[in-house]
Amino acid sequence: MSNKTVLFDKHVEYKGKIVDFAGWQMPVNYGSQIDEHHQVRKDAGMFDVSHMVIVDLKLDSESGDIKGFLQYLLANDVAKLTESGKALYSCMLNEQGGVIDDLIVYYMSENWYRVVVNAGTREKDLAWINQHAAKFDVIVREREDLAMIAVQGPNARDKAFEVLPVDVVEAATPLKRFFGADCGDWFIGRTGYTGEDGFEIMLPDSEAAALWDKLAGVGVKPCGLGARDTLRLEAGMNLYGSDMTEDTSPLVSGLGWTIAWQPEDRDFIGRSVIENEKAGGVKQKIVGLVLEERGVLRGHQKVIVEHEGARLEGEITSGTFSPSLQKSIALARVPVEIGETCAVEIRGKLLKARVVKPVFVRDGQPV
Amino acid sequence: MSEVPSELKYTKSHEWLRVEDDGLITIGITDHAQELLGDLVFVELPEAGTEFVTGDECCVVESVKAASDVYMPISGEIVEVNEALADEPEIINTSPYDSGWLFKVKPSADELADLMDADAYQTEIEE
Repeated sequence: MSNKTVLFDKHVEYKGKIVDFAGWQMPVNYGSQIDEHHQVRKDAGMFDVSHMVIVDLKLDSESGDIKGFLQYLLANDVAKLTESGKALYSCMLNEQGGVIDDLIVYYMSENWYRVVVNAGTREKDLAWINQHAAKFDVIVREREDLAMIAVQGPNARDKAFEVLPVDVVEAATPLKRFFGADCGDWFIGRTGYTGEDGFEIMLPDSEAAALWDKLAGVGVKPCGLGARDTLRLEAGMNLYGSDMTEDTSPLVSGLGWTIAWQPEDRDFIGRSVIENEKAGGVKQKIVGLVLEERGVLRGHQKVIVEHEGARLEGEITSGTFSPSLQKSIALARVPVEIGETCAVEIRGKLLKARVVKPVFVRDGQPV
Repeated sequence: MSEVPSELKYTKSHEWLRVEDDGLITIGITDHAQELLGDLVFVELPEAGTEFVTGDECCVVESVKAASDVYMPISGEIVEVNEALADEPEIINTSPYDSGWLFKVKPSADELADLMDADAYQTEIEE
């Protein structure tokens, strides 16, 4: 299986190094992943994220209920969305309280919600959503006709305004963070996965290559999936499949804040299991680690925690070298007893790491 | 297109070797290898004085993306390592065959004939 986004030829033209990502031929970098990382932190970069899955939820009949459907499907509560265009980040749980996927849902109207899910989980997500949509009379429509370009960085919005169609600029200008607006076949969200300001622009496939060239023309540099990963990790944003999976609940994945426990009578899939987990006392949590010695933290390395004479163990879920901090950083799932430091086992050696809140850089500044 | 200098010897695991005038052998990773790895951020060098045999994992180079082992291409003793890489591992990206060398070895056997020449390595990485 090897899919290509509508921008594939552009990636080749811009000298992207193409790798397989979740069955998609995607650029991992266009030369230097570190340069692309700094480009986003200091100026503006763009990512092709057309492999992500855009799903529109519409009403099948007057008896349909998209809000009720999403309140049952998601651990966060779409009742928080009262203003048109507002976005919400949520986990979609299975019956065991494990995470099927994390997603963004935009509330546009009572008749239209737009959901964006991960590429690597496309089939199971769509099957799960469809399975539960039927009884709420909700139509699930995957928008394979749309491409998506994320423009990120402190200058991303200004540069995008220089080249976006006039009516899209008009729709995008008043957007507050974490809001989206539609404009004809286009949709623009002031969202992202880098910890910087910017837009995620959804647009018809046929117009994507032209926008890519125009953005490049005003100095928005193409960035690959490599930089996307270091940027999101510095920003302390989870990656599905690494920091949470179907076998981990949001409570041990640093995502407790995304669960809406109120109102108590809202029945959502997985609720009873994670409610019991919470009542019994959550045993692990996600922390940030900063390596104090030379080396690079990587996923699956063992974390050793000394607690009252006992040796407890955890595991790194995502690790990398942080281009902004010039140190290695990681997210790790560890026993809740962890103190201010721990050790990480790298190739048989124990290296010292500092334990921090799981966010390292936001809006260009170290946290 | 990766650079493959004609005067060097090569391995399938993308190390290069250069025989110096004093008989020592300088070893590094190839241009092709650094391109595959991407931006290098850490190098774990062997210690001078350590002896290895052909095929031993003797060094680790890490890019932002991944860690990769370097295998000893010949048997011998490490006599010098490139200390500059501790602070500037990115030298390997910019100068893989020159300032980005990894270590120098005093060979304990004559195994150079078993290694690939530039043409053979070029063919190897084109496949």
